[in-house]
Amino acid sequence: MRVIEVRDVRTVFGSKVVHDGLNLSVEEGEIYGLLGPSGCGKTTLMREMVMLEPVYSGSIKVLGYDVTHITQEEAQKLRESWGVLFQFGALFSSLNLAENVARPLIEYTNLSNKMIEEIVAFKLQLVGLRPRDAKLYPSQISGGMKKKAGLARALAMDPKLLFLDEPTSGLDPISAREFDALILKLRELLNLTIVMVSHDLQSIKDTMDRFAIIDNKKIVYEGPYAQIHTVKSDFIDKFFRDTNEQ
Amino acid sequence: MGEENSLFIEQKNDLFKIKVVGDFDIHTLSKWREKLSSIPKYASLEIDLSATSRLDTAAALFLQDLQQSCTVTLVGVSPNLKHTLELVQKYPPSKFEKAQECSLLEKIGLFYYKKYVFFLHLLGFIGELFVKLVMLVRFPKYFRYKEILYEINQSAVRAIGIVALTSFLVGVVIAYQSAVQLKLYGANIFIVDMLGISILRELAPMITAIVIAGRSGSSYTAEIGAMKITEELDAMRTMGFDPYYYLVVPRIIALSVSLPILIFIADVAGVFGGMLVAHSQLGISFGLFIERFNDGVAAKHFFLGEIKGPFFAFLIATIAIYRGFMVKDDTQSIGKNTTKSVVESIFSVIVCDALFSVVFTNLGI
Repeated sequence: MRVIEVRDVRTVFGSKVVHDGLNLSVEEGEIYGLLGPSGCGKTTLMREMVMLEPVYSGSIKVLGYDVTHITQEEAQKLRESWGVLFQFGALFSSLNLAENVARPLIEYTNLSNKMIEEIVAFKLQLVGLRPRDAKLYPSQISGGMKKKAGLARALAMDPKLLFLDEPTSGLDPISAREFDALILKLRELLNLTIVMVSHDLQSIKDTMDRFAIIDNKKIVYEGPYAQIHTVKSDFIDKFFRDTNEQ
Repeated sequence: MGEENSLFIEQKNDLFKIKVVGDFDIHTLSKWREKLSSIPKYASLEIDLSATSRLDTAAALFLQDLQQSCTVTLVGVSPNLKHTLELVQKYPPSKFEKAQECSLLEKIGLFYYKKYVFFLHLLGFIGELFVKLVMLVRFPKYFRYKEILYEINQSAVRAIGIVALTSFLVGVVIAYQSAVQLKLYGANIFIVDMLGISILRELAPMITAIVIAGRSGSSYTAEIGAMKITEELDAMRTMGFDPYYYLVVPRIIALSVSLPILIFIADVAGVFGGMLVAHSQLGISFGLFIERFNDGVAAKHFFLGEIKGPFFAFLIATIAIYRGFMVKDDTQSIGKNTTKSVVESIFSVIVCDALFSVVFTNLGI
């Protein structure tokens, strides 16, 4: 089953064309990457998928819904069935970590407080946070913990689909590898489909099943890491030339 | 999607037979909450999951919970579902410890301690400000003329319209109200004295200060608070740009210079408003009004009003900037501190004005 289908997407900001006819599809259960040089519109494409940015023309289907023509109720339903992790966590700064994770549960379910507390504690442990961290506020924790907490919040509702915006950026190499391992583990455990934007070569090699490279407004490559050298592109040559350089 | 999910509960003697068809996830769990809570504690349960297509961690946690209070037999668990159930068991259920409740005495103590610390910080801030001002006198090269002019434009030039309009309207209102009373006594001409003294001496400085506190004070707090959250202030410090020279002093000087000018504009607008009403309601011609103004209103009233300007400006700017520095690392504290900044600066302006009244009266001016 195709979880996401992007067809002929064109994105225009003012007079600047960012995407000129993008086509890609994400299969169920895979970790799919969006790659490309800075400013190529990877994050913009992801923002279009999660309905934060309008699509100029073309269509994007997510979990069977066309996000370019969607009713309010359908959009709300869709928003409850995915999780989004922002680059810097985007935790609500006035709530502590437990409250951050509990927020969607309180809002969208009528589970008992005890049940919600249990789910929150479980999700925090799942992403590798200790229960005693739960009462900390976002301003009191490190960047890595913010990402983990953001991930726990994204997982709160047990989504089928997870969007990650540069999950390993700003982390030290050890935490970054741990984060990769965590993502792989979660995919296996929770049967998630994951779409992520990343610049981290190691993370690309370790985690992604397939990825799309956006360069010069088009998709220059879509497929697994192994066949990357079958395509000629300036960006691919520079980025993947010597993997030891990174 | 939601139609094919259903829950069947069947009771045979003491045994509850439960069958879940379709998705057993957080949404269905919350939909079936009432149905499921009807199961008594310590009952024997047989849960049939053979027709369950999806089991998420919330539902697995729920089953785990159930196992603690009831005797549960799970039937028809596919490997996939078992996977989720095992995952949940891996992490021991943990409770967050409750935040410690303070006693009343502790609460009162904490409240006043915070006020005390706040007061110390404020003293520290004012102290540092004066040190920096003295430094500026000794090393005038640190003086940021450009920033001062920019701030004058932002917080004074652009405020001229609103200050003039507010003052004009207040002049009109005061004149209207007193015109009726003065007419009764036939003391029409005294409206000029009354308007002149009250506007020049009290109303214009006060209105200007309140408008500026709401307009510029709030923007100072929000601006500096946001800069603190985005670490711009720290960046400035590490690059050797002292925020006091770049942000604090220019704003305070800009406001101290421009408030007297704004007060003058407010004077003109307020008296003009009164003059229009005096003409229309009491038949006092403009010429007569100005002549009487010359005789009846001493120049000292104007100067007393003007003197208050820099003091009000200093209060507004210091409180606003200090409140900006007090912003913590969360977005709510910007709002909180901006509110406090406006309330506190207006309040302190009024207190300061009262002090001036007492002092001027005692001095006999």
